[in-house]
Amino acid sequence: MSATRKILTEHSGKQRLQPGDFIEVAVDLVLSNDVTAPIAIKEFERHGGEKVFDAGKVVIVLDHFTPNRDIASAQQCAMVRSFARRYGIKHFYDCGEVGIEHVLLPEEGLIEPASVVIGGDSHTCTYGALGAFATGVGSTDVAAAMATGKAWLRVPEAILVKVSGKFRRWASGKDLIIYLIGKIGVDGATYRSLEFTGEGLKGLSVEGRLTVANMVIEAGAKNGLFPVDILTVRYLALVGIEASELSIEPDEYGYSDEVDIDLGDVEPQVALPSLPSNAVAVGEAPDVRLDQVVIGSCTNGRMEDLRVAAQVLKGKKAAAGVRLIIIPGSPRVYRGAIKEGLFDVFLDAGAIISPPTCGPCLGGHMGVLAAGEKAISTTNRNFAGRMGHRESEVYLSNPAVAAASAVTGRITDPGEIV
Amino acid sequence: MSESGALIEGNARVLGDHIDTDAIIPATYLVSHDPVELGSHLLEGHDPDFPSRIKEGDIIVAGLNFGSGSSREHAPLAIKGAGVACVIASSFARIFFRSAINVGLPILESPEVVRATEEGDRLRVDLAAGTVENLRTGVSFSVQPYPDFMRRIIDAGGLIDYLKSQD
Repeated sequence: MSATRKILTEHSGKQRLQPGDFIEVAVDLVLSNDVTAPIAIKEFERHGGEKVFDAGKVVIVLDHFTPNRDIASAQQCAMVRSFARRYGIKHFYDCGEVGIEHVLLPEEGLIEPASVVIGGDSHTCTYGALGAFATGVGSTDVAAAMATGKAWLRVPEAILVKVSGKFRRWASGKDLIIYLIGKIGVDGATYRSLEFTGEGLKGLSVEGRLTVANMVIEAGAKNGLFPVDILTVRYLALVGIEASELSIEPDEYGYSDEVDIDLGDVEPQVALPSLPSNAVAVGEAPDVRLDQVVIGSCTNGRMEDLRVAAQVLKGKKAAAGVRLIIIPGSPRVYRGAIKEGLFDVFLDAGAIISPPTCGPCLGGHMGVLAAGEKAISTTNRNFAGRMGHRESEVYLSNPAVAAASAVTGRITDPGEIV
Repeated sequence: MSESGALIEGNARVLGDHIDTDAIIPATYLVSHDPVELGSHLLEGHDPDFPSRIKEGDIIVAGLNFGSGSSREHAPLAIKGAGVACVIASSFARIFFRSAINVGLPILESPEVVRATEEGDRLRVDLAAGTVENLRTGVSFSVQPYPDFMRRIIDAGGLIDYLKSQD
């Protein structure tokens, strides 16, 4: 049985589940944000709910259009604030507590292995890195779960991704996931789980796993799942969660497909416009002049990401005319980057340092592209128009490649300048 | 008449593969949750003229992986708000699929219908019988019926109404 199915079985009250079964599961956490909560609240109120099922299990983060872009986004936040007050939502993140939700929740110790998390945000799948079943849903699902503590799911088939070998210089979790999506396609895992296993995971930090799990949705997956190993147990202990190891093993009845990846084959990747599956090694990326570089997001806005960006940028400057935008993903990351002196490196390089926000990733604010402009970004989507005008272009990469590209103004292998 | 029993007739608006939710409703408009307002920007990320061409009762016919990307329920709401009667695609991304069911937007998965449909074709969709007839060519296709569980949600008019009917 796949590890996902085991978690769902435990939460469904059923003895045995088959892929394709429709089940109702008890959820441990329901997440939404300033974009998805307003519709959820409207539907919740239409349901006639007088209280949420458990005020300690509902999480709302105002991270997409904050600090507010305009009156309309301010109105939406005001509506969500009043809901949070009225229903006593315990984990409501506003003001200086705001982080990008998928950077924030693991740090806050809200994600437990083998739990079920649903979120009105497609990148909710990030939490599979910590051994949770976590999946993105729409606002109506969030409304129903806030009212009843339950969600309907179709039990997914699973693909086992066996990872071996060691990362090459400058390659990281981002490269593994872009490489995988390049192999299986943007709908290569639709309706299915992507479960990761193998010796290669020993060299993949928990932050790197959060990056990988974050982007399984870009292959269409319902969820991604990592084993809970000694690295996860240590990470969780630091945020106050006691956990024991949970393995993911090959199982002839558990998986509909297998994919093998040797990390030795994974060069730093660039996903060309306008699908995350347009993966090439950085050396094969076209020679384009960049207008903007974004380092941050729920994919790559953690300490490890900023450290590697600083390592590349140290003593260097962003090329003339390149807007280098760096977004620490949470207050903790923000403070950490200051304490470690990374802000000095970034400011010396001519970077703009943003407060934690989803902002430019979705073309919301704080770094929107004009027609014809090109950006390299450590975010997760490079769809046409994702970061602004529909005739702008987004190239996806890891933080080291993005930082090196900021220095030269062209897509650059960090090895060439460090 | 229940939603899944409805008979729908409309003109096909044909789209390609991988129409993502940023194309369906660009993020800059996510500061509204009014379906009609959202519908006035339908597919603007794909083609800025699309909102002026779409007519009440039209049927969107798309390729693979329709609705991929973000979880924004604004996407199925914009489609409903623009008056689109039904979406037929070769395949759907999963969050879009479940949100469409949850908000009561009729959707059908049929690569055969998509292959045999051209822009502007008149289609007749019988959700209860599970058939799609192309009135230009006269060819009729049968489509996979919804599983019972989803059918109950659709019949109730969406997830919230289904839950209310269970109380």
